[in-house]
Amino acid sequence: MKETTDFYASSSEGVAEGAVYTAMGGGDWADIAAEQAERGDETLVINMGPQHPSTHGVLRLMVEVDGETVTSIRPGIGFLHTGIEKNMEYRSWTQGTTFVTRMDYVAPLFNEAAYCLAVERLLDIEDKIPQRASDIRVLMMELCRIASHLVAIGTGGMEIGALTVMTIGFREREMILDFFEAVTGLRMNHAYIRPGGVANDLPETGIAQLRDLINWLEKHLPEYAAFCNENPIFKGRMCGIGYQDLSACFALGVTGPILRSTGYGWDLRKQQPYCGYETYDFNVITWDTSDAYGRFRVRLDEMWESLKIVKQCADRLEASTGEPVMIDDPKIAWPAQLAVGPDGQGNSHEHIKHIMGESMEALIHHFKLVTEGFRVPAGQAYVPIESPKGELACHVVSDGGTHPFRVHMRDPGFNHLQSVPIQCEGGMLADIVVAIGSLDPVMGGVDR
Amino acid sequence: MSDNDALIPEAGTGPAAQPAPVRQGMWGKGSGDTSGYNGLRRSVEWPAAAVAPYGSWFDDALGRLSQLVADPFSTVVVDHGELTVYVARERIVEVMQALRDDAYLRFEFCASVSGVHYPDEIGSELHVVYHLQSMTHNRRIRIETSCPDADPHVPSIIATYPTVDWHERETWDMFGIIFDGHPHLTRILMPDDWVGHPQRKDYPLGGIPIEFKGTVVPPVDSRRSY
Amino acid sequence: MGIEDKVPQGVVLTTLEGLFGWMRQASFWPATFGLACCAIEMMTYGAPRFDAGRWGQEVFRASPRQADLMIISGRVSQKMAPVLRQVYDQMPNPKWVMAMGVCASSGGMFNNYAIVQGGDHLVPVDIYVPGCPPRPDMLIDAMWKLKKGIVAKRPIGQNEIDFQDAAEAAALVAPATHEMKGLLR
Repeated sequence: MKETTDFYASSSEGVAEGAVYTAMGGGDWADIAAEQAERGDETLVINMGPQHPSTHGVLRLMVEVDGETVTSIRPGIGFLHTGIEKNMEYRSWTQGTTFVTRMDYVAPLFNEAAYCLAVERLLDIEDKIPQRASDIRVLMMELCRIASHLVAIGTGGMEIGALTVMTIGFREREMILDFFEAVTGLRMNHAYIRPGGVANDLPETGIAQLRDLINWLEKHLPEYAAFCNENPIFKGRMCGIGYQDLSACFALGVTGPILRSTGYGWDLRKQQPYCGYETYDFNVITWDTSDAYGRFRVRLDEMWESLKIVKQCADRLEASTGEPVMIDDPKIAWPAQLAVGPDGQGNSHEHIKHIMGESMEALIHHFKLVTEGFRVPAGQAYVPIESPKGELACHVVSDGGTHPFRVHMRDPGFNHLQSVPIQCEGGMLADIVVAIGSLDPVMGGVDR
Repeated sequence: MSDNDALIPEAGTGPAAQPAPVRQGMWGKGSGDTSGYNGLRRSVEWPAAAVAPYGSWFDDALGRLSQLVADPFSTVVVDHGELTVYVARERIVEVMQALRDDAYLRFEFCASVSGVHYPDEIGSELHVVYHLQSMTHNRRIRIETSCPDADPHVPSIIATYPTVDWHERETWDMFGIIFDGHPHLTRILMPDDWVGHPQRKDYPLGGIPIEFKGTVVPPVDSRRSY
Repeated sequence: MGIEDKVPQGVVLTTLEGLFGWMRQASFWPATFGLACCAIEMMTYGAPRFDAGRWGQEVFRASPRQADLMIISGRVSQKMAPVLRQVYDQMPNPKWVMAMGVCASSGGMFNNYAIVQGGDHLVPVDIYVPGCPPRPDMLIDAMWKLKKGIVAKRPIGQNEIDFQDAAEAAALVAPATHEMKGLLR
């Protein structure tokens, strides 16, 4: 415990020793400061975070600056390590969805999709997922992509002072979250995509609400371009900042908008399609400047491409109304059908009538699936998907039981933060914030 | 997992000659449980080692790898369309270099490194799984290596793939696998002075009993499991 | 220190308390302590639809020295715990703590080695908001309960000194949070 003097503490009665104990005890701060003192140069060592308004969550940055120039920067992570992967080893396969969705909490449906696709590969049911379920998955994922890019652009803009970009970004996001709430019941952390399909179908007013949402987005997405694209302050802050070229991206495991801002059009939805993405018509957006401004433009245009896909989904879902959204296998399909009743959300009346009155097998399956869960054959699988941040993948190992043996999520933010030194060293202190904003890490996914 | 789960290792077939564990039922063994689960025996069947030809592009790639590195792998598993290659830890640096540099292989992207702890695989408990991607050829490959608990050292491949820097640190932090040659193998997710490696199977989940009105539910790892 | 220290206990002090309490709850600025998913909902709490600016709360102070309220929004990991305590210590009195979400209240769904089972193991919490994450509407409700019910009623002057002494005396004999068992019986 290191004693420091708090200058704001009252020196009169009431305070025992006139000092404030800091629980941190300096951590490794004493070592860092000592190391710098040894060198005896004019370098200043600054600690940014983990509590900081602009580090996109609990990220610690140990920065050495010479004047305004960053000479060395080291990210420190782990402040949000939740033990999600180990926790999943004690829960059933379906419950894994609820854990994994809280990793990258800005785009939760992608975590669920990666995990469920990996489990479905182990179950060998990849081609038995109903088409409507895949279409709903694509719809929800693309809407989630728009929502995530809005947060990225909004918070990135806020961090450089463009506060309006944040307020309008969250306004659009609210409309998307309204739709999510109508379909899944929750605004965030939905646990909607389950192994075998999705938890429940769209509500009756779903397509109508979706069309309204599409109209709203079409009307309001041009505002971002109008605000930012040619804004001299925006360009001044972002052009040339956080430069990372193609070979650096490959060496450091960087994918997503950052890779595409170098000009290389690598998008897993096109290269290694899943959930039927090969049947949708959309473009891969690239830019050629490899800097923060390029990444912003890539994200902006990707929102438009996602909207294109959403429109195609709306047409398909309207045509396939009434089809099942869960696999036809009673040993795997999640049995519960949820509805909002007088006391909140719970099993629908029809479902309870069916399992209690009509079918003993349905009751048994419901009971066994909800308590024990299904068994997944032994083996391992690795399924990557294109999340808004980059390649999000799930490496899942099963030993034949009802619980995962090992789940490892490959989160894009974890890899992208390794690029912070290459992007920031040599630049200015103020550019760190811009560079990290353009990397768009989500600390829940980084630390898991 | 609870201690009631007795796993009887037997010499078996399967990748890396790991024993086929057998699960016994949860309840019973003199506890008075009459559910019948006591007599349940369920053996775990890992995917069997594949025999050449493996299909698709696998044969060409592995043939090319064998030309570049002497005796590169011990077993190959082809499962769900994915290729898994088991490489001895002494060979891993060479193999990774060949996989990245050769034009026919060109796995220029290392997507992830994860550790897996198989406590029943005596002699090779800790596995390290590398997922590589070739963007040139649009292919993925999984390289798996292992090391015993008694000597948890694996050479680091950071010189070939700089991106594994933090991945190897995380695998050290969570499993205790020491990557020789890594410039700064320190804890990354847990606090710097943490003791133990949390994602190992012998490390408890930790957690507190959950209190309800009139009852207490034990934490997840002490509850009965199937 | 100020005029309130010189006012003797009685009607005048109580009236002044009402005035101070009203001013404190009207200008109740939170410190940015967004940790995880709840932080996103906290951001939408300040965003246009739910608009905390209607009651002057959209100014999240980055510096704890300028903040009155710490909203622990998200799961507190073992590595983050000392940071939480340090930021709390850096806030000047009077300060309040809101545990937003189940992870901050009790560890939430993460009953494991990595997560502190509740912010109240580290700092005294004034109001707990359940939810995973709580909707911004729930956050607004909790915020107003905190403002009107607790912040507005905070004593000043000599009353505050008595209040702090009583709280300290109670805290000295109270068991640690992790020892509090069986309270629900």
